[in-house]
Amino acid sequence: MISLSHYLILAAILFVISVIGIFLNRKNLIVLLMAIELMLLAVNLNFVAFSHYLNDLSGQLFVFFILVVAAAESGIGLAILVVLFRNLSSIDVEDLDSLKG
Amino acid sequence: MEFKTILFYLFSTITVIAALRVITARNPVHAVLFLVLAFFNVAGLWMLLQAEFLSLALVMVYVGAVMVLFLFVVMMLDINIERVRAGFWSNLPLGIVVGGLLASEMAVVLSGKYFGLANLPPQNLPANYSNTKELARVLFTDYAYPFEVASVILLVSIIVAVMLTMRRRKDNKAMHSSDQIAVKAKDRMRIVKMAPEVELPASGGDKA
Repeated sequence: MISLSHYLILAAILFVISVIGIFLNRKNLIVLLMAIELMLLAVNLNFVAFSHYLNDLSGQLFVFFILVVAAAESGIGLAILVVLFRNLSSIDVEDLDSLKG
Repeated sequence: MEFKTILFYLFSTITVIAALRVITARNPVHAVLFLVLAFFNVAGLWMLLQAEFLSLALVMVYVGAVMVLFLFVVMMLDINIERVRAGFWSNLPLGIVVGGLLASEMAVVLSGKYFGLANLPPQNLPANYSNTKELARVLFTDYAYPFEVASVILLVSIIVAVMLTMRRRKDNKAMHSSDQIAVKAKDRMRIVKMAPEVELPASGGDKA
């Protein structure tokens, strides 16, 4: 029998993998965006699992809105990436130092 | 072992392997394709959780649109992989420390007896239960305003994406259609008032 903990542990594993991915790919902007997508997926998995086991549809509604916001975020992020690549010819995060931060 | 249990372990194993490959793949195109695989398997898990609408929406909207957008962008950019991969593993210890901390904290929460998570029974919905219908009922009543805000967010992202990536070339000789439409007749044609021409009476000629 699959319990709620199984799903939560799987989502935690996914989340940890994407956190480590952010550490590993700190230079590659596009893989950073992908790791963020993976993180959102883990959170959505938690929401759906809780929604199923607590018999409450609000969790699935939240997943719906998270999907909308994530789609908007990745669309804008990729647009920024394209503009960045057009100006710098690189997507290395270390080249993004024009603000001298 | 029950068939659903086997499916759960199959989907979750492939998801974890695909996620590991997403963060370690050399080629960003491979990373996107492994991300698609991970999304597919999570959609299968959501199907096991009887969230049919979200599962299909994840496959169609997310894999079909957002991931393909990722794929387009990855293929459009010319990424210098050697430079990006330099020092790839150097931050792994820090990542493992942070990730291990996260995982152990989560394990304390999930394995503790304080929440009673293992006791929650999965719901058994009747066969004619429509997840989409129930979701729509909640979405268009209780969540009607968030739904409209979500549509505004999507509109904003459309406008932002177009405005960011549109570039106006200086040497473009195309006409501005708004200027063309705004043209008035008097800008193009000048009407000159002048005295009418009077035909002079013929003086001689064909009087035979």
